[in-house]
Parts: sequence; C-alpha cells; structure tokens
Amino acid sequence: MASLAAPGHFSPTEDAEALQKACKGWGTNEKLIIKVLGHRNAAQRKQIRQAYEQLYEEDLVKRLESELSGDFEKAVYRWILDPVDRDAVLANVALKKSNPDFPVIIEISCVHSPDELLEVRKAYKLRYKRSLEEDVAAHTTGDIRKLLVGLVSAYRFEGEEINARLANSEADVLHNAIKDKAFNHDEVIRILTTRSKAQLRATFNRYRDDQGTSITKNILVEHPDDFSVALRTTIRCFNDQQKYFEKVLRNAIKRAGTDEDDITRVIVTRAEKDLKEIKEGYYKRNSASLDQAVAKDTSGDYKAFLLALLGKEE
Amino acid sequence: MIIKPGTRKRGDDRDEAMAQSDELEALTKAFSGHGVDETTLIAVLGKSHPEKRKAFRKGNPQFFKEDERSFERWDDHRIKLLKREFSRFKNAVVLWAMHPWERDARLMKEALKDGPDSYNVLIEVACTRSSEELLGARRAYHSLFEHSIEEDVASHVHGPERRLLVALVSAYRYEGTKPKEDNAKAEAKTILNVIKSGEKKTDNEEVIRILTTRSKLLLKAVYKDYQEISGSNLDEDLKSDSRLQETVQCLCTPERYFSQVLDLALEIDADKSTKKALTRVIVTRADVDVKEIDEEFNKMYGVRLTKKIEDTANGNYKDFLLRLIAKGD
Repeated sequence: MASLAAPGHFSPTEDAEALQKACKGWGTNEKLIIKVLGHRNAAQRKQIRQAYEQLYEEDLVKRLESELSGDFEKAVYRWILDPVDRDAVLANVALKKSNPDFPVIIEISCVHSPDELLEVRKAYKLRYKRSLEEDVAAHTTGDIRKLLVGLVSAYRFEGEEINARLANSEADVLHNAIKDKAFNHDEVIRILTTRSKAQLRATFNRYRDDQGTSITKNILVEHPDDFSVALRTTIRCFNDQQKYFEKVLRNAIKRAGTDEDDITRVIVTRAEKDLKEIKEGYYKRNSASLDQAVAKDTSGDYKAFLLALLGKEE
Repeated sequence: MIIKPGTRKRGDDRDEAMAQSDELEALTKAFSGHGVDETTLIAVLGKSHPEKRKAFRKGNPQFFKEDERSFERWDDHRIKLLKREFSRFKNAVVLWAMHPWERDARLMKEALKDGPDSYNVLIEVACTRSSEELLGARRAYHSLFEHSIEEDVASHVHGPERRLLVALVSAYRYEGTKPKEDNAKAEAKTILNVIKSGEKKTDNEEVIRILTTRSKLLLKAVYKDYQEISGSNLDEDLKSDSRLQETVQCLCTPERYFSQVLDLALEIDADKSTKKALTRVIVTRADVDVKEIDEEFNKMYGVRLTKKIEDTANGNYKDFLLRLIAKGD
C-alpha cells in the first residue's frame, strides 16, 4: 500500500500558484514545496505540471531544478517525473556511473509488470534516443551483460498458471548448474530472463523443497562473485520485492557516507506502491521504525521530504 | 494450356493422340508448381468419360502406379503433395485476412516447431518488422500460446544460435532520427576486427550486441561504413555464419533478402519449407514494400517477380498473389 498521504480533492491551479510563490524571488520556500508535492500522487502531480505550464509558460520541473540543490533536489526531481519516465532516468543514471549500478537495472526489470516495463522502455527511447537494451549492452560485458539485457528485454507472459513439471525440471537445471564448479550461466540466465514470474516462483519454491535451502543461499555459498550477486538480486526481487527493498534501505541506512541515492530511490519509487508494507517489514526486522531511522540518517529539507513521502502527518 | 470442350475433331486418331498428350501435359502442369490450375482441372478432368480418365492414369506414371492387383493406383506421396498444392490458395487467403500480429506470432511458432531449417523465419519476422509490429506479435503470442516468444525460443533452440535468436525476438529498437552521438564507424571496425580474427562470430558478444540492440538506422550506416573500410559487403563476409548473414540482410538490405528468398521459393525443385516462403513473403510484404522487392528482384535476376510468378504458379493462388502485388497501383 502507498505510504503517501494525498488528498482526495485538490486544485491543480492552486497548487501551481503555491509552487510558483514558493520559487518566486530570492530564496525558496522548501517547506511549501514539500507541503504540496510531498502530498500529491502521480496523476495529481501531472495535472499540477500542466497547470503550471499553462499559467506561467514554464516547465515546473526545470524551475525546481534551478531552485533546489543537493539530495533534496535529486529527490524532488525524481518524485515529480512521471513514474515510467522516472525509471528511465534512474536506469540511465545507474548505467552512466563509473561502476554501473546493476541492482537498479535489475529492480526496474523485475518489479514491474511486463506492460509497465514496456512503458519504461518506451519512455527511455523517447528521452535518450536509444533503446534501454542498447545502453545496458554498451555499459556491461560478459555474463552480466547477458543477464541484464535479457532482463530488460523480456516481455513475460502474465498468466498465473504454472506448469509443475516444468518447475521441477528447471529447479533441477538450476541445482545442477549451481552445484557444478564451472557454473555454466547460460541455463540460469535463460530461465531467469524468459519464464513468467509465476513460473519462476514455482521453480524457486520447488528448488527449496528439493534442496532444503533457498536458491539464493546456495548460490552465495558455492560461488561468491559479482555475477552471483546480480543473480541473487534478481531472484530476491522476484521472490519478495518488499523484503528486498527493506534490505536495500537497511544497508543504505547502516552505511556511513553521503550517498543517499539508494534511500531516495526506494522511497520515491515505492511511496505510491508498497512503502507501507516495507515499513512494516523494516520494523519487524530491526525493531525500529523506518521513519526514525531515516530521520536519524538524513537532515534538512531532504529529510522532511522523505518523511512526507513516508506518510508523516503534518 | 486449356482445351475447350468440343473444339477437337472427333474420330481423327492422330489428332486424338496429340490432343491427349496435350491434355496430359495440361493436367500435369495444373498440378505442378505453386498451387493448382482449377480451371484446367475442371475443363479437362471434369469431362466424365471413364476411358479418358483411364488413359490419364495409364499415361501418367508419376501420379499413378500399376498395382499388383491390376489397377492404376494414386501414388500416396503424390496425393500428399497435391493436398499441399490445393491448400496453398486457402493458406494464402487465411494468412492475408489475419491481423498482422497474429500472423507473425503464428509464423514464429510454426518456425520453432519446424526446427532449425526454418529458424530463418524467426530472424525474418524479428528483423523486418517495425519495433511496434514486433511488440504486437509478442502480445499476440501471449494470447495464442500462453508463453512468451522468448521463453519458447530459449527452450527450443540450442547451441550458439539461441542467444542471437532470443535477443532478436526481444528487441525493441529505437526508431527515431539519428542521435547526435553516432558511432557507426567504430561499430563497423569492431565487427571487422572480429571477422578478421577468425573467431566464431556467433559467440562474439560485441557482434551480438551490435546486431541485436542497435537501431536499424545505425545498422544501415554500419553496413555502409563496413563496405568503405573493408571493400566488401558485411553479409558476404558473414557467409560462413548463415544466421548472422540472414540477420544482417534482413536488417540492412531487406529487399535483397526477400528477393533471394522468393527466387529460391520459385524454383522447380524447391522443398516444402522453401516453397512456403512465396505465400509468406508476398502476404507479409504486400502492404509494406512488395513493389520495391519486385524492382530489386528484377535487378538481381533479370526478370520481373510478377512474370516469374505468372510462369510458376497456378490458378486462384497465382491470381491472388498477383493481385496482392498489384494492390498498390
């Protein structure tokens, strides 16, 4: 469920005017920006952008980009984009890093429905004039490339039907591949990048029933290397994305340092989806509230914005 | 050749014999090539005299064999072939009426079922359709077969071809105008180096990357640049690897590719799957570039595609194909 608290009724014009007031003159009224944007869902934000464009003949996004700075600006920028456009931007940013941020690509591929992923690919082409798979391929090599290109290119069947016999045989295929010292990746990549999600979950469950441990644990034990990390990320996103995101947040908060990209990404992309469940999972796992942990780890307007998205009341 | 009933003089033995052999020839032609000549069959075979038919059976050892129990028996294999020829018109009509998405989905499924000899159809569909058309075919595939196309290709195809084919059917290429950074020359050089090194090209991940992810606009530029830096055409240099060659031809020079496929399909001794290409190509390109293919065919083989079809195809099937080609006029 969404953690975002957006009102049922709102006026895009009033909001646009408020935002313009917040940006007018010297300095910026960040609190007002957070008050408005931090409490509007995607459809509402789109209308606000349109109203702003009509009233002031200016792109609200560009205006905010120039007014704000730092982590706060990054968060607001990502927040105000259309969700599919946002994912396209996140993917591009992840690829352009000197050490490409594979988990972001994996997340986008695995967490969306097949049609949503297609929309992201369309948005990517529109924005960057190249296809997503083109850029993923250009920024990766070897088996990571095979895995990631396969993941972003997939247009999986969406049925809930599973073929138990197939789940059984493919669980065996995975088991044999992992057990083998040489660990030929091709079959693992084939299964992960083409089967429907329902079928994959059935296969992973079958694996656990047969082997007694989860497949991610076995991959880790047998082959601790970079490619395996990517494999495990993929499997964990398919199996239980809320648990996966909880872990991303937990690690990001634990990590000393100034890179808040992970925190921003998870909160911004999940605030309208399942951030509530992720919060609950976080509390169960850490006996501390996610809100408090984020508040301790961040500061200023950035903190206030994140807390708004997390559902903090005014 | 159609013999009009009642035009032959009766009672003239020599004329009779010649006319009979004419008829035999006409009937044999009516059953050969692509499709059947319904009009001749009706006019000649439809004539009821049992004696005539006996003479036809006796005079046609490729269709009828002398059975040990004293009757001329249809050759089983020949009946199978005839069934196929009679169905050609039906198949063309059904394929033509189909939504392009369903059509492409079914073509790909059939190609997978038929095995490696038909994998060129997968490449053809994946590479000669627009990004949205290929996407549509993938959607239709979900509905028709309850699997994704990439799932089925991945589990049915083995060996080095698998990676290429899965990537081709999964592509969602950029189709807009040339982007500012265009590294066609660099990509051409990369491919040339792989070819020169002698390593197996289908295993080379850079060749795969370039061919399966880059936009068609860029690939056509790569094709041109390759020609400039190496002196030969990329598809010729890929001759040892037919899948890659087909891929490059479909992406960069589709009219040439289709002309070659049609030329092979129109040969006298073309086998079953090669022959099917005639229907497939005409039906799938009639709304797209069949006119350009006709011109390219003429350039390559010195005869118009329409003339070749006129000579090699029969009856309703022939008329239907020619009508599809002429549609744009």
